Amino acid sequence: MQYALLIYERPGAYDGLSEAEQEAITGEYMTISRDDQVVAGAHLQPAATATTVRVQDGKSVMTDGPFAETKEVFGGYFVAQADNLDAALALAERIPAIRMGGSVEVRPVVEHPA
Amino acid sequence: MIEQVFREQWARVLASLVGFLGDFDLAEDACQDAFAIAAERWSRERPPENPVAWLIATARNRAIDRLRRERTLAAKTRTLELLAATPDMVDAAPEDIVDDPLIPDERLELIFCCCHPALAIEAQVALTLRALAGLSTQEIADAFLVSPETMKRRLSRAKTKITATGIPFAVPEDHALPDRLAAVLAVVYLIFNQGYAGRVDLAAEAIRLGRALATLMPDESEVLGLLALMVLVDARRDARLRGDELVLLADQDRSLWDTERIGEGRAVLDRALSLGGRGAYVLQAAIASLHCSEPVDWPQVTALYGELAAATGSPVVDLNRAVALAQAGCPQAALEIVDGLELDDYRYLHSTRGELLARLKRPQEARAAYLRALELAFSEPERRFLRRRLSEL
Repeated sequence: MQYALLIYERPGAYDGLSEAEQEAITGEYMTISRDDQVVAGAHLQPAATATTVRVQDGKSVMTDGPFAETKEVFGGYFVAQADNLDAALALAERIPAIRMGGSVEVRPVVEHPA
Repeated sequence: MIEQVFREQWARVLASLVGFLGDFDLAEDACQDAFAIAAERWSRERPPENPVAWLIATARNRAIDRLRRERTLAAKTRTLELLAATPDMVDAAPEDIVDDPLIPDERLELIFCCCHPALAIEAQVALTLRALAGLSTQEIADAFLVSPETMKRRLSRAKTKITATGIPFAVPEDHALPDRLAAVLAVVYLIFNQGYAGRVDLAAEAIRLGRALATLMPDESEVLGLLALMVLVDARRDARLRGDELVLLADQDRSLWDTERIGEGRAVLDRALSLGGRGAYVLQAAIASLHCSEPVDWPQVTALYGELAAATGSPVVDLNRAVALAQAGCPQAALEIVDGLELDDYRYLHSTRGELLARLKRPQEARAAYLRALELAFSEPERRFLRRRLSEL
């Protein structure tokens, strides 16, 4: 089955970390992205770069920033091909965000019959 | 007799079917079909030599029938492919395959699936009672005081999540086993503790589950510890209530204790200890065993609670340690422990403070503590007990 690992980060999680510490964390992300189970992934630019689009009164409206202020900010994702939920969860447990005040939401991807 | 076989074999048969089909709902429907056929048939003729194998074979055939009828449903495609890989089973009559020695006991896989932490705890409990204990949806609903519709939805949502998210039908790998086993034991213990709320005898169901687990995992000390704990606590069940009134350990009529059960519980505890078990359930069972002795060795109970508090970090355990310490003759030291605990919303903290203050001849403060406990109490026998204590001050 395919699973999306949606990574939420605590804003400011990287504040105060040295360059070497930040590089080590990036290295961990790179290792995960090279895992055989991982088929796709992306690391997003900070939430400050977001533009949100929605429809109001039949017209699309753009606003600066993410849709809502939250304690955690969506920061990136992996898509993994895993044998079962346990394998996907084991991969999620390796994602550094979870020990830096963030979280990872694991959701199966809808599979369309070929 | 048939009902007995059914209750005992339901989990075996269902586990085998879930393993075979990888679809909880379909497996449950097929099992129900097979048990209905058996009920009808075995009332007329002698049951087969190996009823479990017969039930599994019949249920498999019923599942295949159902799948053929629903062949067009895309959702079942994968299951059909799987069945195509086992053609020899498909058309065999149950009688032809009942001797198959390779029908493994897959109840452990089923338990770990039902108690997966990705499911909400209420769902884990309900699913375990349905799948492993073989209780009906109606019985589970009664036990938890919810409507049958609510319970049906809860079970159905859990089964959907198992299939949709790929919760594995497997015993976890070694590195994950301790945590996952702890989750299973927590569910069984939760069911056991519901037992004393009355209605369906959930304590008995939990003990049955505990026995099954002890058979399936005979070398896990915590599994044995939990079984011993439940059996030892249950052995004093008849003595804990007089009519509707709660009876404290010291006032219990020992002739109501089930000595055979106490012996059984202690034998299981000894096995757990001989495996080197020192986990939370083993320690609690050891304490329960000491509670069944006359006189109770309170210093030893206090020491075990100390060990348990260190293992669990639970303030409730510290509260129990304080109670044991008071019984060992040190109410003042006990009160100091109690006053250091952050458990202000916990009714037993206040009833314990009341007891200790009363023993220390501080009736005014004891009264205030009992009144606070009374505010927090949620069963009528508890409230009556506290009112009695207040009137005795």
